[in-house]
Amino acid sequence: MSIQLQATKKQDPPDEETPRIGVFICHCGANIAGFVNVEEAAKYASSLPDVAFVQKNLYTCSETGLREIKTAIKEHKLNRVLVASCTPRTHEPLFKSTCQEAGLNRYLFELVNIREQCSWVHMQDPVRATEKAKQLIRMGVARVALLEPRQEITVEVTRKALVIGGGVAGISAALSIAASNIPVILVEREKELGGLLRDVNKLYPTLGAASELVDEHVKKLQKAPLIKVMTRAKVLNVSGFIGNYKVQIDSAGEQIEDTVGVIVVATGARIMIPNGMYGYDGKNVVMQTELERRLKDGSFSARSVVMIQCVGARVPEREYCSRICCMTAIKNAILIRETYPETEIFVVYRDIQTFGTLYEEDYRRARELGVGFLRYGLAKLPAVDEGGVTVYDELLGKNVRIPYELLVLSAPLVAPEGVTELSKMLKVPLDANGFYLEAHAKLRPVEFATDGVYLCGCARWPCDIGDAVYQGRGSAARALIPLRKGKVYAEPLYAEVNPNVCRDCRRCVESCPYSAITTVEETVHGYQRTVSKVNPVLCKGCGACSVLCPTGAIGMKHYDNTLIMAMIGKAF
Amino acid sequence: MAACSDHPNIECLTYSAVREVSGNAGDFTVTVAKRPRYINESLCTGCGECTEKCPGKVPDEFNLGLAKRKSIFFHFAQAVPRIPVIDPTACLMLTKGKCGVCQKKCGAGAIDFKQTEQLVKARVGTIVVATGFDIYDASLATEYGFGRIKNVLSSLQYERLISASGPSGGHLNKPSDGKPAHKIAYVLCVGSRDITSNNYCSALCCMYAAKDAMLAREHDAGSESFVFYTDTRCSGKGFWQYFEKARSEYGVNFIRGRVSRITEDHSGNPVMWYEDTKQRRAKTLTADMVILANAIVPAFGTDKLAAMLGIELDKFGFIATNSFSPTDTNRDGIFVAGCVGGPRDIAEAVAHASAAAARAAETVTREAAVPAIGNRG
Ligand SMILES: Cc1cc2nc3c(=O)[nH]c(=O)nc-3n(C[C@H](O)[C@H](O)[C@H](O)COP(=O)(O)OP(=O)(O)OC[C@H]3O[C@@H](n4cnc5c(N)ncnc54)[C@H](O)[C@@H]3O)c2cc1C
Ligand code: SF4
Ligand code: SF4
Ligand code: SF4
Ligand code: SF4
Ligand code: SF4
Repeated sequence: MSIQLQATKKQDPPDEETPRIGVFICHCGANIAGFVNVEEAAKYASSLPDVAFVQKNLYTCSETGLREIKTAIKEHKLNRVLVASCTPRTHEPLFKSTCQEAGLNRYLFELVNIREQCSWVHMQDPVRATEKAKQLIRMGVARVALLEPRQEITVEVTRKALVIGGGVAGISAALSIAASNIPVILVEREKELGGLLRDVNKLYPTLGAASELVDEHVKKLQKAPLIKVMTRAKVLNVSGFIGNYKVQIDSAGEQIEDTVGVIVVATGARIMIPNGMYGYDGKNVVMQTELERRLKDGSFSARSVVMIQCVGARVPEREYCSRICCMTAIKNAILIRETYPETEIFVVYRDIQTFGTLYEEDYRRARELGVGFLRYGLAKLPAVDEGGVTVYDELLGKNVRIPYELLVLSAPLVAPEGVTELSKMLKVPLDANGFYLEAHAKLRPVEFATDGVYLCGCARWPCDIGDAVYQGRGSAARALIPLRKGKVYAEPLYAEVNPNVCRDCRRCVESCPYSAITTVEETVHGYQRTVSKVNPVLCKGCGACSVLCPTGAIGMKHYDNTLIMAMIGKAF
Repeated sequence: MAACSDHPNIECLTYSAVREVSGNAGDFTVTVAKRPRYINESLCTGCGECTEKCPGKVPDEFNLGLAKRKSIFFHFAQAVPRIPVIDPTACLMLTKGKCGVCQKKCGAGAIDFKQTEQLVKARVGTIVVATGFDIYDASLATEYGFGRIKNVLSSLQYERLISASGPSGGHLNKPSDGKPAHKIAYVLCVGSRDITSNNYCSALCCMYAAKDAMLAREHDAGSESFVFYTDTRCSGKGFWQYFEKARSEYGVNFIRGRVSRITEDHSGNPVMWYEDTKQRRAKTLTADMVILANAIVPAFGTDKLAAMLGIELDKFGFIATNSFSPTDTNRDGIFVAGCVGGPRDIAEAVAHASAAAARAAETVTREAAVPAIGNRG
């Protein structure tokens, strides 16, 4: 069988016209002209095939330069434009728009960088810099001659959002989206909203009641007619992509189907149950949540309390800090000392996480109230017996035994049940700890790499209420971009699978960081086959799939092999 | 930055300051003073020719005085917009009436020595304050010798030194003699967690010190790093793992203890006096260079800006926000984003800014129903 690579097929230029290329070479003041002989480069460019017009500009990017491009397109009937100037990062969009204004498809434009990649790096050798500029122009001309006109892809966005998880993060996201007059479906697995806060007594740093905060949020929801709250609900299935997700939800036995434009993941976290650790029994050795319950209903009675921090956190099995448990311990220690002044409290910790402007003073206040802090290290863990904890205090350098009536374990937040299932359904990744993995740790913290899916709150990483609220609203702001526009635009630079050659190995499916590839049933030469298919809206044109495909079935629009080979052919 | 300045719905007024704000949520009028750059912004192409021959030599603010710049200069290489500024206190033409070299060099004819301050009025529905922070002036902590001992640097100065595009090309050279520093110490909580200066944690410095120490080891595998800390604040996503990596893979030495003072030995090396609290012993350590992890403090002028906007400050001088709605100030329609409300790292600042945008959009959507506001933007 002979395999014809789709990507290497020579494409005819559009509308059967022969290319008429205009080449514009920028002096960039002396930035380029000081080291590259622009005159010589221009003369050389005129000698190249298909070049119909060459112009030198003092600054191609200036008003004058742009006007010169437009005039030349019209007067010389140019159907391709090449600019040799600076990095495409700065002015490529400007040049493309200029071509478009002159009636030329913006994808019939190409830029070669003879500044950063030539004059600036070869300042000592103007002769060879000029040679290199000529080569770059030659390669650019070879490429631009073969370019095809392309149209931007536009997709309608259904103006409705699905928020999964009804904790403070999810509620905040839903309220923000609905405030832009966009309907929201809020899906909560439990029978009540509020998430982790349902089990919390008082809140740091204000010491207000958690139930009041939850009530306040729920009241706002009730006043938002555009939000449909579904409790005891489960997302059964999700298909589609940004703008058009088909979702299937089961709410207390009733099934509904709907279409939404975007999805916000706010499924929060749960507390790790410290089974088998430090004598955990739920009675005298309890978790912080049980302590909160006893403080709330008044059944708390211990005269000596010891709290152990980082129980199952910052250890090789769980290599992270859960962020909220130090402040939770300090909050509860303060509450106890204030309400039950006769109760002695020791907090056995490794490092105290009272970061920022809100919490450090509480740490100081706890100490002022007589809460003892003992520092332990991973090398010597505290040992618990019936009535006491023996701690090797790193700062005292000795073992100390502290008696307790109640031992409280600060266990970390961990990913809730069902994350794996949901992450697969949404085709979004999890990190090693089961928290959702954002698109970029620094710059895109509340969205996934896959367009149209967002994340916030403890689903992303353990966080406090303030964090959960602003992340909820932050994810809403990102989601509102496509929702408010009602459309998404994608550059027509995407991968395309040749079904004749795809052999369904699915390496491309796994390789795509944006979940842009799915498999479909297709009739190929009369046979029903499963082949990969790229969704041009989701594809970012990164090329990862193309290089991995063992049969060479994947070509990149606008960067296919013909174009690249044409440039390489002219490189030397 | 480029994405922001290119956005069709965003108008960037750089080199400008807010002078006056009036009105209420849904309809504020803001008066902005555009300071003169002495460059015609619509003619300038950003080529940089003008900066070449300028005879001026002034300490470069961007490199925190570690390098010099011209009187006509770009704030930094990637500055947006790419339009230079003339420093009116240094330019010979503006101070003495002679020179004009840049004007001759500029092929676009963009230099305009006659430019004056311009007032721009804008009607807006909502305001987001994102004026950031300053770092604590470490010379106030006199025991650390900052400003007196040459090889004691601030964390931001260190960022410029280790930057490949920085004044030393990314080499960690000692300011005293320009020779490479091999033994580098990082002192944490400088001006933080201290009732005599700032009684809060700056939240970012533990992490950047770990990063700095790793970068130094990457730059020079033979170098040694020592970090003096009290608690490692590592509660952000992936932070603890990062610390562990610094410790185990990069061999960074973490010493628990606060440095009480820094002195200078005969050869100009800083000497740290500290208690190693895990060994309960007073000790000294001599290093080639010491980096201070300066506290994050309210940006200069935050108080004036807040007064102009009618919003409250917290007791530390950051803009006060609601703990459970941390983008909201006490005034409807005015929000904060990033460190102006207290220290935040990049990811937090980005998410926080998105949240402020959501709140701003809520205000505008809500107020847009009021017909009185016609010419927004
Ligand atoms: C003991 C303790 C004390 C605390 N004290 C304080 C304090 O004093 N101050 C403070 O600021 N913070 C405190 N926190 C932290 C606070 O609880 C969290 O910041 C906050 O609850 C995070 O909200 P969230 O919406 O991100 O997550 P969650 O509260 O976990 O909410 C997530 C919601 O999603 C639902 N869900 C999960 N999976 C699915 C699914 N597949 N489908 C549908 N729904 C789903 C869950 O049932 C839950 O209702 C405390 C935490 C603990 C554990
Ligand atoms: S917040 Fe405190 S107790 Fe919780 S994991 Fe981090 S250091 Fe340990
Ligand atoms: S080019 Fe990149 S984004 Fe597009 S389908 Fe291939 S791997 Fe995915
Ligand atoms: S006129 Fe001023 S800015 Fe211009 S070159 Fe002379 S000193 Fe520099
Ligand atoms: S020389 Fe003129 S055009 Fe070039 S950067 Fe300077 S002012 Fe702008
Ligand atoms: S982040 Fe670390 S170095 Fe900075 S103030 Fe807090 S504890 Fe100190």
